[in-house]
Amino acid sequence: MRIVIVDDSGARATVLEEGLRDAGYDDIHVVPPRGAFVARLERMAPDVVLMDLGNPSRDTLEEMLTVSRALAKPIAMFVDQSDDSMIEAAIDAGISAYVVDGLRKERIKPILDLAIRRFNAFARMQADLDEARTQLADRKTIDRAKAILMAQRGLTEPEAYALLRSSAMNQGKKMVDIAAALITAHDLLGGTP
Amino acid sequence: MTPIRIAFLGLTDAAVLVAAREKGFAESEGIALDLLRDTSWATLRDRLVYGQVQAAHMLAPLAVAVTLGLSQQPCALSAPYKLNVNGNLIVMAPEFAAALEPDTTARLNDPLATAHDFTAAIGLHHRKPIIGVVHRFSSHALVLRYFLASAGLDPDRDVVMRVLPPSLMVEAMRAGEIDGFTAGEPWGSAAIEAGLAEAVAASERLWQRGVEKVLTFRTDWMEANPEAVDALLRAMAKAALWCDDPRNRDELAFLLAGPAYLDQPIALVERALAGLIVARQGEPPVHLPDFLLFAREATPFPWQSQALWIYSQFVRWRMVKPSKATRAKAAAVFRPDIYRRALANSDAPMPGASSKVEGALISPLPIGAPRGAITLGPDRFFDGRMFDPDQIEVYLAGFERE
Repeated sequence: MRIVIVDDSGARATVLEEGLRDAGYDDIHVVPPRGAFVARLERMAPDVVLMDLGNPSRDTLEEMLTVSRALAKPIAMFVDQSDDSMIEAAIDAGISAYVVDGLRKERIKPILDLAIRRFNAFARMQADLDEARTQLADRKTIDRAKAILMAQRGLTEPEAYALLRSSAMNQGKKMVDIAAALITAHDLLGGTP
Repeated sequence: MTPIRIAFLGLTDAAVLVAAREKGFAESEGIALDLLRDTSWATLRDRLVYGQVQAAHMLAPLAVAVTLGLSQQPCALSAPYKLNVNGNLIVMAPEFAAALEPDTTARLNDPLATAHDFTAAIGLHHRKPIIGVVHRFSSHALVLRYFLASAGLDPDRDVVMRVLPPSLMVEAMRAGEIDGFTAGEPWGSAAIEAGLAEAVAASERLWQRGVEKVLTFRTDWMEANPEAVDALLRAMAKAALWCDDPRNRDELAFLLAGPAYLDQPIALVERALAGLIVARQGEPPVHLPDFLLFAREATPFPWQSQALWIYSQFVRWRMVKPSKATRAKAAAVFRPDIYRRALANSDAPMPGASSKVEGALISPLPIGAPRGAITLGPDRFFDGRMFDPDQIEVYLAGFERE
């Protein structure tokens, strides 16, 4: 069974491809949705095409599936329209699947289940990474605000931190917002860090 | 508060949805409106069909196509409210456009002459021109086909139509993958601004009141939630009035241009709203006062004759086999009955009829309506043809004789 993953995020395609290989599928191709990618896809004559729901090139792919004379069998979305729960899970996970006509549901279901799990895992990983990045950026902002307070008001580091925290609590704001405001004010007043 | 999620594409004609949320029109009707941006019509369709959203900013022909089972999973959809009319441009690369009328105002004002020039330009081009369209089932594609065919071209033979999402059109022009495209704003203007294209035709000069995006529901959801639907339509009607008012144009352009919606320069977004279209890089704008309409002249009213015009074009281009049952299904996608119910106690213009002969009005026409007169704008097709929804076969035979 030939599976094509259309994806321009190298990381997500890799995560999905590895999962499929571990499950014993070995005819897997990753095609980035750029340039004449539909012509490439057409030549590959895939049985299953997996594509990120957020990819703007889905309309281009569907048009090829509609008009292609090169494909021996028509390919349509998902496999069995009666299994709404599986389709909804796929859409929730942000994945669309196009399956060649005549492929039995028992053969496609494990692929789709795996794709859903891998897409969800990837989304969680991405969210964790974003959060970690935000936390790092926040800490840098607070560090800089502390440095300003220490230099301008001769405070120790714990004192500067306590001052930022009490200001945040009094104003009902996040510490990082107070710190950012302080840095802006400091820069506007021509201060050097 | 009733939560309603609506999927949209980042286009200027999503204005009414954005205003309904940002200016509080939805909230004052008790709706917590959540707008979800998509980048392909396929994904917007799937979200609606599989219930991830309750409504969508949809291409009118796509709503008909999904209902007729022509676009993946068949699903009965209903459009009780039109979000706009007009608003699209056909643009071509300057090398191609060099063979057209050089005066861009004259070019835009006479689409029939331009279509004939287009035929000549194809002859001079070194290969079949590749024209980007946003979707097979879009007003853009149907009107482009109509435009080309008016000069004797066969759009399936003489040009290559390539489907691309609107947001990728400008890059595709830059990469030389397409020679031109037709899309909603701000994408035509963005390509012109970059010097990659020139305006060839504006949709308001092709069909003066052309159906474009419709607020679409799944029919079963719409019928199960009449109160939410009515409240949403009332919010839309107020938002549309606000969007049409020139005094709000600056603010609307600012809202739409924001990162959550179009994420494009304000000046580009403003062009379509003001109807001031720069047809060629560096030229002063051409004034097209009806470039994009939201509220006036009963714009939002879903005339069933317009759903049938879409059906007639599907038949014309062999996208569907004609039959009585298919015709009835297509007409029923547009729901003037829901529009009337939802807006019964408002100031919204309320035509008495549900269908009209499309293309019959050469100048504005005041018509009788249950609540005082309203004026319908001119709705001509550029070739002067009229579409009588009761005479579809005769209408289509008229094209074949050429």
